[in-house]
Amino acid sequence: MDKKIFANLKDSFLRAGKSLFFNSPIIIGVLILIGLARNLIALENYSKLFSNSFLDSFIGASLGSILAGNPITSYVVGGELLNQGISLIAITAFLVSWVTVGLVQMPAEILLLGKKYAITRNVVAFFSSILVAIITVGVISLI
Amino acid sequence: MIPDEIKNPLKFLGVVLIILLTIMFVNFEIFTSSLIYTYKLFLNLIPTLLLVLLMMGLFNFFIKPKHLIKYLGKKKPIRAWLVSSSLGIISSGPIYLWYPLLSEARDKGVTNNSITIFLYNRAVKPALIPLMIFYFGWIYVVVLTIVMIFIGGLNGYFVEKIMEMKK
Repeated sequence: MDKKIFANLKDSFLRAGKSLFFNSPIIIGVLILIGLARNLIALENYSKLFSNSFLDSFIGASLGSILAGNPITSYVVGGELLNQGISLIAITAFLVSWVTVGLVQMPAEILLLGKKYAITRNVVAFFSSILVAIITVGVISLI
Repeated sequence: MIPDEIKNPLKFLGVVLIILLTIMFVNFEIFTSSLIYTYKLFLNLIPTLLLVLLMMGLFNFFIKPKHLIKYLGKKKPIRAWLVSSSLGIISSGPIYLWYPLLSEARDKGVTNNSITIFLYNRAVKPALIPLMIFYFGWIYVVVLTIVMIFIGGLNGYFVEKIMEMKK
């Protein structure tokens, strides 16, 4: 391999490693916050929050925004809520906001992408999750 | 001396550790179970962290600012939407692992629109689709996926516009 290319490649990976190392306290902090959120709020109690009303989509989106973790967990919780009779609009808003809105990781997003951007993106994503839920369930009802 | 780049991340970790210590005194059981959960989460994340490191290294090596501006800049919004949606869909691992790479990409000329679309479409994960079908049925999954890709584009547009208004 050409010495110049090797030197460039080495420099590229050193910069990448340095960037990840400098941001590692943020990643560790978010992991701890996720661990705390997961243990402070018991999964079994979620269904008690819903009231089978118009507000359910808002509650679903709010719950998904507060909680964090692997999307698989959101499917399991969403499937369980569906079995308990919670509306599909509320569950869809919950599933979408779980992945697109992140209150737990917001401090990390603020530090790396800026306060204005992080707040704007999360607020827009929150309302979008309700919109996605309404459109998805609306389309399904037409099929 | 501590480099400037790591001062704010360390402050953030410090605040989180204070919260953790407070919980340790209030409820030791939640403290230990949270730490065990965090530890397991970290072990699961190691492959993704290595993938992010690899992608960041290759990104630094191959991608020049002029390429990013060409594909993810303002001039061709439809192309930027398609490229950033595709990148969001194929990316893996938790959202916060991608912030450092996105921060660097923005410094090189990638728009807030493209970053937002990338982050939004991370919700569409082909590998998880079979599981989602198991819980909610395939019609639901197909409709949701299509709606999310389109709404992701709208998200990017609105965030970009709001950010411009705030300047």
